[in-house]
Amino acid sequence: MSLFAIFAAFFKIGLFTIGGGLAAIPLLRAELVEGGWVSKAEFIDMLAVSQSTPGPIGINMATYAGFKAASFPGSLCATAGMVAPSLIIIIIIAHFMHRFSDHPVVRSVLEGVRPAAIGLIAAAAWFVLTNSVFLMENFPAAEWYDFRAVGLFIVLALVYWRTRAYPVYYIIAGGLIGIFLF
Amino acid sequence: MIGELWNLYMIFFRIGLFSIGGGYVMLPMLRREMVENRDWLTDEELVDYYAIGQATPGIIAINTATFVGYKRRGVLGALACTAGMVSPSLIIITAIAVFFTQFQNNPVVQKAFQGIRVAVSVVLSFTVASLMKKTVRGFMGIIIAAGAFLGVAVFEFSPIPILLCAAVIGIIVGRIMKGEVK
Repeated sequence: MSLFAIFAAFFKIGLFTIGGGLAAIPLLRAELVEGGWVSKAEFIDMLAVSQSTPGPIGINMATYAGFKAASFPGSLCATAGMVAPSLIIIIIIAHFMHRFSDHPVVRSVLEGVRPAAIGLIAAAAWFVLTNSVFLMENFPAAEWYDFRAVGLFIVLALVYWRTRAYPVYYIIAGGLIGIFLF
Repeated sequence: MIGELWNLYMIFFRIGLFSIGGGYVMLPMLRREMVENRDWLTDEELVDYYAIGQATPGIIAINTATFVGYKRRGVLGALACTAGMVSPSLIIITAIAVFFTQFQNNPVVQKAFQGIRVAVSVVLSFTVASLMKKTVRGFMGIIIAAGAFLGVAVFEFSPIPILLCAAVIGIIVGRIMKGEVK
């Protein structure tokens, strides 16, 4: 597959991914599995790797698929294609927002959108919480929480509250403690 | 100029490197780097970028990185931040694709990720609390934030219609307030 075709395929996926990396998964599946780039099993492996490695899931998927198709140049082209729509669209919006940020309509739109965005972020926090500390799908059976995870949560929360250290340290500490705790 | 671009690249490289398990994980780090340590953004701007990043095409983490980069140093800044954000993915995923295709099945990796998810829920909860204090104001703000949270976390709506509704509410409330001032 030519490098340009890889770029174009991921440009399309980036353009139609709206509302988070998880929204890209059905598009990726359509392109990669039905398009014959990778098998269904490979796709599931790619997804698992992308979710458990650093970086946005969509970018990890693009890098992986591009690598499978055309080695390192392929992964560069796939990732470049995936981010190009963001770069173009956001630069245009940022350019005009800068100019219109004092317009009364823009201001009242943002007044409404800000608390909604907080609600969405809180929902993301809730999602992580209910997949690590509390397993709500088991509620109200006894296994609805993992007492080791609850303990780790409380300890880390107390330390964070007292020290406010850089978030990265908690992620490293969580990983290291997790290896011995779980 | 080159120094500042390199600086932006490195900050986002660090954020990309520790955004494990989805784009929203970047938020605590982004807030620490941009709002608390550097005064480059206000909490309101951060939430605005996140909201716009969510409602426009592309991966949220990339959209937010592009926004921040453009605000600091125009188009080159946007490119530097986005390149920084995707570089860890390119390096790590390529290494995994070449050397450890069974990476995600390793029990040590799985345990580490269980711990990381707990740590992420701690830092994300604190970030949500800090952002809420700054950006959710008044009765209307609380209603919108709670509605958005329930919409996504409980009713599993897509974020896009929620943000659109919030924008419309913002405009209506803005009109009413303007009427009152007159």
